[in-house]
Amino acid sequence: MPASLVLDDVAVRYGGVQALHGVSLTVEPGATLGLIGPNGAGKTTLINATTGITSIERGSIALGSQRLDGLPTHRIARAGIARTYQNIRLFGALDVRTNLAAGAYARPGRLTDADTRWFLARAGIAHVDLDVAASTLAYGDQRRLEIARALASAPAIVMLDEPAAGMNPTETGLLVHTIREIARSGIGVLLIEHDMALVRAACDAVVVLNFGEVLARGTPAEVAGDPAVVEAYLGTGET
Amino acid sequence: MLQFYTQHSRLVDQIGINALLALSLSVSLRAGQLALAQAAFAGIAAYVSAIASMQYHWPLAASIAFAMLCAAAAAALLAYPIRRLRGVFLAIATIGFGEILRVVANNLSITGGAEGISGIPNDARAPLIYASLVAVGIVLALLSRTKFALAVELTREDENAARGVGVDVGMVRLASLALGGAIAGLAGALYAHASFFITPTDFGFVRMEAILVWCVIGGVTSPVGAVAGAAFLSILPEAIRALQDFREVTNGLILLGVVIFAPAGIAGLWKRAR
Repeated sequence: MPASLVLDDVAVRYGGVQALHGVSLTVEPGATLGLIGPNGAGKTTLINATTGITSIERGSIALGSQRLDGLPTHRIARAGIARTYQNIRLFGALDVRTNLAAGAYARPGRLTDADTRWFLARAGIAHVDLDVAASTLAYGDQRRLEIARALASAPAIVMLDEPAAGMNPTETGLLVHTIREIARSGIGVLLIEHDMALVRAACDAVVVLNFGEVLARGTPAEVAGDPAVVEAYLGTGET
Repeated sequence: MLQFYTQHSRLVDQIGINALLALSLSVSLRAGQLALAQAAFAGIAAYVSAIASMQYHWPLAASIAFAMLCAAAAAALLAYPIRRLRGVFLAIATIGFGEILRVVANNLSITGGAEGISGIPNDARAPLIYASLVAVGIVLALLSRTKFALAVELTREDENAARGVGVDVGMVRLASLALGGAIAGLAGALYAHASFFITPTDFGFVRMEAILVWCVIGGVTSPVGAVAGAAFLSILPEAIRALQDFREVTNGLILLGVVIFAPAGIAGLWKRAR
């Protein structure tokens, strides 16, 4: 049964810095939620809190009926939360095939080469050689390989942390298609992104964070028109 | 063949035991853990099996099995206090563990103090030693086809990314340390039963350093390379008699040469040649 990821009143503090002040949001199965906000707004912190890398001070995080907060990172991954990283974290010295096998680590059985190709195709990199080291791939392909690795775990939720960073406009265009297809397959997607064109094209709804608080939420069009968002994030030049 | 063995039986036995010690360290190194307590694990097992055989008259197989179990348990217990240590800090802590055990063995009466234990029944011969080596090789080869091997590889490459795909990194570290401990224990028990006496110095830092050199020369994460490295450096001082008194110096020079010219060791050279 598809489950929603629900964050309720989540607060995170790093020493003296309150990185998140009671953020609530829901990632629905089959939908893409955009998470935007200026640098330092707490977007990556929210992913780190959800995956158990950072512990939360208050609130709760649950996938369906299962509480995730307090669980170690590997248990959260096994529960069905997959992610990509802002700074790519592939197993660089290992080949493409093994990186995909790593994604499927917590699932029973093994990936065949046909399975591997299928996940690569879903991430838009069907062309890559399975036997080359991940670190030798072009930058954009490495980002896509991370997405393929996340998909290989058959997750309920995928969290993409700036997947378009360093991609050219053509690659970003393909990425919109990839993200839409992932959501269409029933997976809930949380997309952190700075590229507003990508957010508008890929997301069903958007949450705007600023200084660790939710500044606005709504459809991409509503949020883009919100004066508070324009002032805090988009700036006057963007409108 | 038989004549060669009677002339060099001690060397032949030592090569097999050293190969086991190198394999035991390669298990930890494969998981990216520079845990240098293999000599200490071997020492625990050597003393346990010697005492079990001599004072309690256990049969050889039982005393070896129990000794392996003790070494693996010591390794598993050690995994807890060192769980947050990595790299050189892990190396220093595990070397410290070995030195503590050496000092303790030097001062206990049951271990015979600095004089050690002598008169151990000399019943572990080459066939048993090499059968053990083959058995360990088979176990490691079978393990290399499992998901545990994948978890080990991912842990070595990037612990955080490994957690992110569901690998219980703490468990992988504990299991690889305990497995390495069991193999080192097997080597230590065989060593005790292939020698007339054992002393705490046999399992001190010099031995640990030699094991590390074998692995580095063989090619850090390659089990076959580790065995080749151990065999090569065990034979070298015997083959070239002039080097015998300068064993540590030659080891050091070879290590330096390998690190500079062939960082992937014998395994790397073999791969390149093919």
